[in-house]
Amino acid sequence: MQRRERNLGLLYSAPLTIFLFLAFLAPICLVAAFSAMPEKVFSLTQMPDFSAYRTVLEQGYWKSVAWSLFMAFVATLILLVICWPLAFGMAKVFKRFTLVLTIGVVMTLFVSENIRLFGWVLTLMKGGLIEGYWRHWTGVGFDAPLYNGPIIVFGLVYVYLPFMLFPLAQGIAMVPDDARQSAYDLGATRWQILKEIDLPLAMPGIMVGSLLTFVLAAGAMAESKLLGGRAIITIADEVQTAFTYGQNWPLGSALAMVLIAIIGTVAIWAISKADLDKMMGRKA
Amino acid sequence: MKTTRFRSGLLVAYGVLILAFLYLPLVSVGLASISKARYLSFPIRRYAYGWYEEAVTSDTVRDLLIISLKVAGLVTILSMVIGFFGALAFARYSWRFRKTYQKLILLPIFFPQTVLGLALLMWFNALDIVPSWKTAIVAHLVWIAPIATLIVSIRAFSFDAALEEAARDMGASQWQTLREVTIPLLMPGVTSAGLFAFLLSWGNFPLSLFTTGADSTLPEWLFAKMVSGYSPLVPTVGMLTVLTSAVLVLGALLLAWAIRRLRPTD
Repeated sequence: MQRRERNLGLLYSAPLTIFLFLAFLAPICLVAAFSAMPEKVFSLTQMPDFSAYRTVLEQGYWKSVAWSLFMAFVATLILLVICWPLAFGMAKVFKRFTLVLTIGVVMTLFVSENIRLFGWVLTLMKGGLIEGYWRHWTGVGFDAPLYNGPIIVFGLVYVYLPFMLFPLAQGIAMVPDDARQSAYDLGATRWQILKEIDLPLAMPGIMVGSLLTFVLAAGAMAESKLLGGRAIITIADEVQTAFTYGQNWPLGSALAMVLIAIIGTVAIWAISKADLDKMMGRKA
Repeated sequence: MKTTRFRSGLLVAYGVLILAFLYLPLVSVGLASISKARYLSFPIRRYAYGWYEEAVTSDTVRDLLIISLKVAGLVTILSMVIGFFGALAFARYSWRFRKTYQKLILLPIFFPQTVLGLALLMWFNALDIVPSWKTAIVAHLVWIAPIATLIVSIRAFSFDAALEEAARDMGASQWQTLREVTIPLLMPGVTSAGLFAFLLSWGNFPLSLFTTGADSTLPEWLFAKMVSGYSPLVPTVGMLTVLTSAVLVLGALLLAWAIRRLRPTD
């Protein structure tokens, strides 16, 4: 039986593993190879000189990296605060409403990010849903809060809300009611219960949610393009520009490698800590 | 320490507020799609459904629809097959590299999709493959097949291994065990994985952007129109794709509900 399981495991994992080696790891290796080439070449036949990385450092591309990471960080913090009460409700308070919320939130994931961000443009623009009606009723208009830095963070918060909400709710569900009850009976205030019981015990969910949002937001581009009017250019946007308009594959590859290194470090660190069998409830 | 009714009422109100926040942009798109004016401005003065008529009869939209459907359909079928076997290896069997495998398939989900699309474009170029809607299927699968595997795995984790063993003890062959025991038990997971795969592929933009070559999917076309100036067809076609997803999800939910109703003891 043991031997059969070992073989079947290897056999059944093969299609996905081989596919990911060919269509995920191999392309990344190719990007890594290109990033070492002299700039503006389209083949791997030159001597590697890593000049593209020097350009990344010297041409101020690090600013885009810093901005992307900073905005992703701020969006993650905001999402933690916004999602906490709702996740708490979903895990501990609501009954039927949890299902309604889950379906309602998951369904937004199936709508193209573009359409939802475009919807925000229509909502917030001058003569849009909010300003248009406001002016219609009060007679005073105001400028559209679009095309600046904060609105990009707003877009990130909007798009990645589900990725914080669900892990957080999962984490809070792991806090035993008994622990909260006994703390309360011993005279702890709500704030103390939050600080001493809820936050530490829900930490796995908090970590998963935060890392997921951070990593996804750091690689985002559409929010800056559609809502932000490229007021701040994100690193993913720079990668795309280098590849398309710039026709500079080595530079694009070097920028991509910087992004991959940052995201990869965070993701691999997080993934190596996670025990998926435990998280997904494997029977012994 | 019970949550008071007032507090839970407050939390429900907060939940409704968040849902409203999530759907507000879609309301704007919906209203824009039935505005008669060529240049949108709220409040909308006259409503008309003319843009829908134009969208439905347009040849461009029909071509986009066919490509989107082909990509999403094939991604669905392939994800279901890969996800089924992938999940058995992920959750059911104990084998040597299982932990590594579990971690490997999480990586593409975290990966920035634009960069993945570009990396694949370079890769196809190196392999002398001309990008078309077929290469977009590969791109979508890199992201969606792992997700499908995870979804089927949730079901496979609650799988009672004794059932398979019993079938084998009673003399069923490998193939018979798979067909009679394993597949029926995992079917609900495989079905929801298929639904997710279709919807995620249908709405995906960043992976399609660089990997479809001369072909174009609906989200790609919408993006191109969005950045090149307003066209009344954008909210209309956008709304049509949203409605397609909504109908699919609601249909699936209804079906699941009906099945549970018809089989009260399960």
